[in-house]
Amino acid sequence: MSATITSAATLQPDHAHHDHGHDAKENAVFGFWVYLMTDCILFASLFATYAVMRHSYAGGPTGNELFDLRYVFVETMFLLFSSFSNGFAMISLHRGARSATLKWLLLTALLGLGFVGMEVHEFRHLVMEGNGPDRSGFLSAFFSLVGTHGAHVSVGLIWMSVMMWQLFAKGITPAITSRLLRLSLFWHFLDIVWIVVFTVVYLMGVL
Amino acid sequence: MQIDQTHSHGSYRGNTIGFIISLLLTLASFGMVMSGKLPVSISLTAIVILAILQLIAQMHFFLHLDSSPSQRWNVMVLIYTLIIIVFIVTGTLWIMYNTNIRMMPMLH
Amino acid sequence: MYETALFGRLTLSAIPYTNPIIMSAVGFSAVLGALILGWITRQGHWGYLWKEWLTSVDHKRIGVMYLILAAIMLLRGFADALLMRFQQAFSEGAAHGFLPPEHYNQIFSAHGTIMIIFVAMPFFIGLMNVVVPLQIGARDVAFPFLNSVSFWMTAASAALVMVSLAVGDFSQAGWTGYPPLSETQFSPGPGVDYWIWSLQLGGVGTLLTGVNFFVTILKMRAPGMSLMKMPVFTWTILVTTVLIMLSFPVLTVTLLLLTLDRYLDMHFFTNGMGGNQMMFPNLLWIWGHPEVYIVLLPAFGMFSEVVSTFSRKKLFGYKSMVYATIAIAFLSFVVWLHHFFTMGAGADVNAFFGIATGVIAIPTGVKIFNWLFTMYRGRIEFTTPMLWTIGFIVTFAIGGMTGVLLSVPGADFVLHNSEFLVAHFHNTLIGGVLFGYFAGFSYWFPKMFGFQLDEKWGRRAFWAWLVGFYLAFMPLYALGFMGMSRRMVHYDNPAWQPYLLVALAGALVIAYGIFCQIVQLAVSIRNREALRDATGDIWNSHSLEWAVSSPPPFYNFAKIPHVDALDQFAYMKENGINHRAEAPFAPIHMPRNTGVGVVMGAITFVFGFAIIWHMWWIVMASSLAMVATVIYRASDEDVDYMLSAEEVARIESGGSASTAGGSSYLAGHELITQG
Repeated sequence: MSATITSAATLQPDHAHHDHGHDAKENAVFGFWVYLMTDCILFASLFATYAVMRHSYAGGPTGNELFDLRYVFVETMFLLFSSFSNGFAMISLHRGARSATLKWLLLTALLGLGFVGMEVHEFRHLVMEGNGPDRSGFLSAFFSLVGTHGAHVSVGLIWMSVMMWQLFAKGITPAITSRLLRLSLFWHFLDIVWIVVFTVVYLMGVL
Repeated sequence: MQIDQTHSHGSYRGNTIGFIISLLLTLASFGMVMSGKLPVSISLTAIVILAILQLIAQMHFFLHLDSSPSQRWNVMVLIYTLIIIVFIVTGTLWIMYNTNIRMMPMLH
Repeated sequence: MYETALFGRLTLSAIPYTNPIIMSAVGFSAVLGALILGWITRQGHWGYLWKEWLTSVDHKRIGVMYLILAAIMLLRGFADALLMRFQQAFSEGAAHGFLPPEHYNQIFSAHGTIMIIFVAMPFFIGLMNVVVPLQIGARDVAFPFLNSVSFWMTAASAALVMVSLAVGDFSQAGWTGYPPLSETQFSPGPGVDYWIWSLQLGGVGTLLTGVNFFVTILKMRAPGMSLMKMPVFTWTILVTTVLIMLSFPVLTVTLLLLTLDRYLDMHFFTNGMGGNQMMFPNLLWIWGHPEVYIVLLPAFGMFSEVVSTFSRKKLFGYKSMVYATIAIAFLSFVVWLHHFFTMGAGADVNAFFGIATGVIAIPTGVKIFNWLFTMYRGRIEFTTPMLWTIGFIVTFAIGGMTGVLLSVPGADFVLHNSEFLVAHFHNTLIGGVLFGYFAGFSYWFPKMFGFQLDEKWGRRAFWAWLVGFYLAFMPLYALGFMGMSRRMVHYDNPAWQPYLLVALAGALVIAYGIFCQIVQLAVSIRNREALRDATGDIWNSHSLEWAVSSPPPFYNFAKIPHVDALDQFAYMKENGINHRAEAPFAPIHMPRNTGVGVVMGAITFVFGFAIIWHMWWIVMASSLAMVATVIYRASDEDVDYMLSAEEVARIESGGSASTAGGSSYLAGHELITQG
């Protein structure tokens, strides 16, 4: 006759609710990081496509003829500075300073908007000159790679506006902190992708 | 705020150092290409190296990736992703180069 | 094509009035659908369905909904198969069958797309949803709401494919949609767009599922369950999620580029203007090859669970199984060119990918030997799941071997795109993937519904599928060697016809098998009391999902177990450890059900339909609606609740769980905001 042993170690009481909520936030940030890895693959595929089609000019203009490196440098600065200010926003967040966080976020968003504005202007200019994405395989690849990055930044700006509104309306809550952490990951990730973009597309395009 | 304790988060110092390094590396890349003074192959290699350095700098100073236990899974997942990216990109370039040289010469 | 502002290029002539086959299919589906919806309405079940199922964020319920989706799409995909078999059996020489080429092309394109994306994927995702959180001792997945969104996006995408039958047509470019055929120049209609958008939108759902389960398995295992103590099925799922996450973004880009070509006149894959058509197969198969392992590895996991349970033995070589799975996943990223050996790369490229492909057979072989060694000296019970498994081992071995044959570039130059290839991939997909899912389905059915499936009809179904499969596909190997290429609507070689007639007979035997499965369900439901799983452990199994009741309470475990060993449940039984939780209980934090996932699915469907038909104002409106829904959800703070300890105690002692998902307010609990 075997006695049923209720091993105390085998059946543990549930986690304290406190820890459980904390774990869930951690999981959300980790899950988002993992999602960013899938976004890396997305960009890698676009880069691979661009690399294959970088000389498919179809008699049309080359990168050397089209790209204005001074302009791209300014664009890059907008994005880099916005990453810098985003860092300060996160530091303020961790210190619990709501209005400082809001101010840094606003600066970040404005700088990001500057980047997007410059890119939209660049695209418009190319299209109006007849060098839109339908001109050649090279330009299709250029527009889709750089455009996808720009679209990501734009989505980030929408997200940032929503977060600023939530922060303003509800203050610093654990949920909002977790979301801002994810947004921050997203924002830095986009600046990192841009490093590859300006190197591979613009700098190498001109060389 | 519990999240603080398990997430690496930034400091004024780290954020600023990362920014300055990125700025300098970007200036170097753009400067090198825009001056046009160096031979193309050297510029090409240099800007790739500069880009990689900036990637690492930003991943460390902005994304707080390091070898600490709390970042371990993040780094592993990143490394595995990068390995696959290398397969995809080099495989694609090799295959497409191969198929391209076997195409009829284009007229334009 | 003529376009209006309001309806884009949609006109009444998009409905194929003049095609009797399509109109009868549409009519049949409409009548069947109306009957089912009508019955639900008459019985007054809508409230229950909405509260308990459609809005559920419970992984077990979402899993069952995925399975229902897979079953419906299996019937549709199989109907396509029967049509093709009938056509090919009777279209030799002067006879031209009953399907014109344009129609036949759509059928094989739809068949492939449906079977892989809308049958195989939902099938294993459904089982994975039901089983994995239970196997790791968790209460739910990491992101329950996202789980619901994934399901509804998948359902919306399947709906798009189904609608293409009645409105417009489907792609004629095969399930892989190569340009230039899939470009606007050669496929100006909505067909290719239906294909693009159903894959694209469904792919998003799948990617989110991959992330969800990856985080769940890594972060939510019960305390004490190290990675090497996870059940083998969970291991295969973990590896599968990695494959999903790394490959689906490539599909997203591939489809995006084709979309840009079609919608915005770009030149990725066009003839001329700098387009590079070889990029498409290259990119597509970087996704496509991992995709076949995505559907295969879960089947392997299911077999491992079934073999050890019904051989009454611990799985042989757990560690090597894990390493083999990881090796297969890793290798699946370096073989993709074998899908286009003949398309212009050189001998060195072909050699590399051919060798890599051959190498993949090695870890797969390790697994097969491990299953055989598990069975050796076991006390085998020939239950239905075990029959499917044995059928698999034999059948898949043949399919795998023909794969190794094809991996030799020289051989592939003769056999590429012949019926030999068609036989090979059906051999592995049916013999490997589908048999595995049937084994898993009959194995875990009692856990899902509380009663097992009728064995007699299960056996009939198995034998019909097995015999039918061999009759239907072995002739195709011969036909490949005889020079018949794939996707042929008509042919002029009378020597081929007898083989195709045998193949048709095989398809009809499989049809009987499916009939048996439907009967099996009906009979099992009718006899459910006699078939009940009273203990929750009907098969005497070894992993944690069998430690809870069948079906489990909606919170899975009243107390999260602590894990000390591999095959934890078997360990508990052997050591007399009580696996049923006892008082005192603690409150349990549960997520609320929500209709937001359903809404997002609906918006996805509307967006997809609108963009296919160029109804731009609806595209804009639905995009905005989606953004608004996301923001709405993000502002909603009432997304969870606490299940009181008293309620847990009541359910554990045999009280019925009133609702799963907190849509009703239980007395005495506190509303806690997310924190």
